[in-house]
Amino acid sequence: MATLLRSVRQLVPGLALAVTLAGGAVAVPEGMPPARLVRIPGGAYVPLTRTTKDPAQINVAAFLLEERPVTNAEFLAFVTANPPWRRSQVSRLFADSSYLDYWAGDLELGARAPAHSPVVRVSWFAARAYARWAGRRLPTTAEWEFAAGAGYTRPDGRNDEQLNRDLYAWLARPVPDLQPAAGRGRPNFYGVRDLHGLVWEWVDDFNNAMVTGESRGDSGLERDLFCGAGSVGAKDTTDYAAFMRVALRSSLKANNTTTALGFRCASDATP
Amino acid sequence: MKTSRLPATTALLLGLTLLAPSNRAAEGPTDAKGLVPLTPDVLALPVEQAILTSAPHVPPPIKRRYAARVVVNLEVREVVKRLSDGVEYTFWTYGGGVPGLFIRIREGDVVEFHLNNHPSSKLPHNIDLHAVTGPGGGAASTFTAPGHSSQFTFQALNPGLYVYHCATAPVPMHIGSGMYGLILVEPKDGLPPVDQEYYVMQGEFYTTGKYGEEGLQSFDMAKAIDERPPYIVFNGSVGSLVGDKALTAKVGERVRIYFGVGGPNVTSSFHIIGEIFDTVYPEAGLSLPNHNVQTTLVPSGGAVAVEFKVDVPGTFILVDHSLTRAFNKGALGMLKVAGPENRVIYSGKEIDAVYLGAQAEAGSESAKREAELKSQIAAEIKSNPTIAGLTKEMQIEKGKQVYMGLCFACHQPDGKGLPGAFPPLAGSDFLLADHERAVRIVLKGLTGPVTVNGQTFNSVMPPQEAVLTDAQIADVLTFVLNSWGNKGDALSAAQVKAIRNENH
Repeated sequence: MATLLRSVRQLVPGLALAVTLAGGAVAVPEGMPPARLVRIPGGAYVPLTRTTKDPAQINVAAFLLEERPVTNAEFLAFVTANPPWRRSQVSRLFADSSYLDYWAGDLELGARAPAHSPVVRVSWFAARAYARWAGRRLPTTAEWEFAAGAGYTRPDGRNDEQLNRDLYAWLARPVPDLQPAAGRGRPNFYGVRDLHGLVWEWVDDFNNAMVTGESRGDSGLERDLFCGAGSVGAKDTTDYAAFMRVALRSSLKANNTTTALGFRCASDATP
Repeated sequence: MKTSRLPATTALLLGLTLLAPSNRAAEGPTDAKGLVPLTPDVLALPVEQAILTSAPHVPPPIKRRYAARVVVNLEVREVVKRLSDGVEYTFWTYGGGVPGLFIRIREGDVVEFHLNNHPSSKLPHNIDLHAVTGPGGGAASTFTAPGHSSQFTFQALNPGLYVYHCATAPVPMHIGSGMYGLILVEPKDGLPPVDQEYYVMQGEFYTTGKYGEEGLQSFDMAKAIDERPPYIVFNGSVGSLVGDKALTAKVGERVRIYFGVGGPNVTSSFHIIGEIFDTVYPEAGLSLPNHNVQTTLVPSGGAVAVEFKVDVPGTFILVDHSLTRAFNKGALGMLKVAGPENRVIYSGKEIDAVYLGAQAEAGSESAKREAELKSQIAAEIKSNPTIAGLTKEMQIEKGKQVYMGLCFACHQPDGKGLPGAFPPLAGSDFLLADHERAVRIVLKGLTGPVTVNGQTFNSVMPPQEAVLTDAQIADVLTFVLNSWGNKGDALSAAQVKAIRNENH
């Protein structure tokens, strides 16, 4: 498997090559450098919900996380280099019918998809394919939540009142017609931006959001997050935003896309 | 899978992708089980599309005396709407408004329920109908991502009036954003006919700003957890059932109100001022009516059906009789009844005689200080033209919003008050004689007799000092002093502040 992966990476052209292959038809947007990888030191992540059989905490090894979500322009370079991921060609198995439907065309962003705004309406399959093409991967839930658990000035953001105000102000607003540019949010303690307050983000193991182990039947899995039962077994019942992220991940299938769901990439930290 | 169209590299990538552990595309909580196989007797039932209505309207009574297959289509939308004048909130709705659309079916009906979550939604939603017999009341079966649609089927086994609500975590925020409504399951023999039916739901909103603070408000998690809502309202906003939006009836008609409480937390002491409920179906069971009830307690996540005949004309005020909610948080509506008077049942005021109660002593310390302040304030106004000039128009507009959200209930939208109960503000000699006194009354309240335009009123006005800011009091009094024929100066927030602090 590892050998296969390596050979795949050798075969997949990088961004610059992709643009060349497209014969210069797609302009690389000016003014925004590639997403910088920020080093997140390791630490313990306490999952929002767990059963008595699950570990009390998950140890997250140090990793690298992109400073901001992937933009429309970056995703355009990806679909340019990978025709099967273009809107008109993608299989419904991998992306539902609203995949990239706010773009003007297969290879045209148009007025509703500003180049530097986060790409949305992408499926988990597409996000994952992008990450592999870029030589990176999607962060795990534990990694994403660990990084997003930081406040503006502290590694533990739970009592960061300004962060909470910003977060709920975002939740209080409907999805805007035009997403603002990525990378403009206030950096958190680690220097990562837009984890809260721009778009929801895919994680690699999103589908484990409510999988709580063998101790409950299939039908019990989702019920535990509905109504008052949602707080049973939760470590911190006052973290409403975390409940919303879990609920969103739980509602999704891997080929789904929504108007406020994008992603960013991560990478293993080199020791 | 259209593998043939994929280049080798991408196909390899996809192959690897599909090896991901516990891939939920194949199975999982949101996975559909497929359509339920319907038995021949269910398939034989007539199919009809449910008529859904926005509050305060109710779908027509069900005439048929047999079961049907009823198709319900409910759309979830997240929308910014008015919570109070100048105040907006992002409501999460069943059908575009709060409360959600009213659903009316009959006992024994088989309901094919479609929940459609609009593509513009930020969040997944679902529905738990208390009328459903089954795990979660449909919650798990209707858990729906933005831009998706879910279907499930249930049979209405029990008649009654039931709350439905969103049950997606965090539930208090989903309900606290307006995700609730009522579903009526009529008994097999129907309900007694009435002349008017209305739909009212109470719910509270936990905004970051205090009551009346302008702008788009966010949900305040801390206030929700402490159960300290700035707003407790009927039908999703302050003033949703007043003025030309009031419920209406004619003298002699029988009225039924389907009243529910969405919550998420606060119960209601539902009462209509000046009416007695002839019939109450406590907890909305529709089988054991109670009679001659003044106030009925409705739990959060519960409902009641009340019936009464309106015998005399006038305006009847719907309140949560936990009254600071009505006076200070918005839980107030109106039923306007038109028709001929019946002075045997209700005479109106018959006698108005002079009664001399204790009055404020002239020449006291506070009266001296009052005079002193008065001259200071007058000088201040004279020296500052912006107070009297440009800002006045704006203050009147803002003040009108405060008035229509708070004061109108007693003093009435036309400022004429209610004879014998609440003094007029329009043309009021008492008001116009002393503006600082008016500020003081708004701040501290007023108890005991006052004479206004020759009429004596002995009532209670609650203090507003904890409710309104200095600026809001200045605005509302500027509005009052310059409306309905009144001609007066503008008051400033500084003046109000000085009076607020005068005893400190």
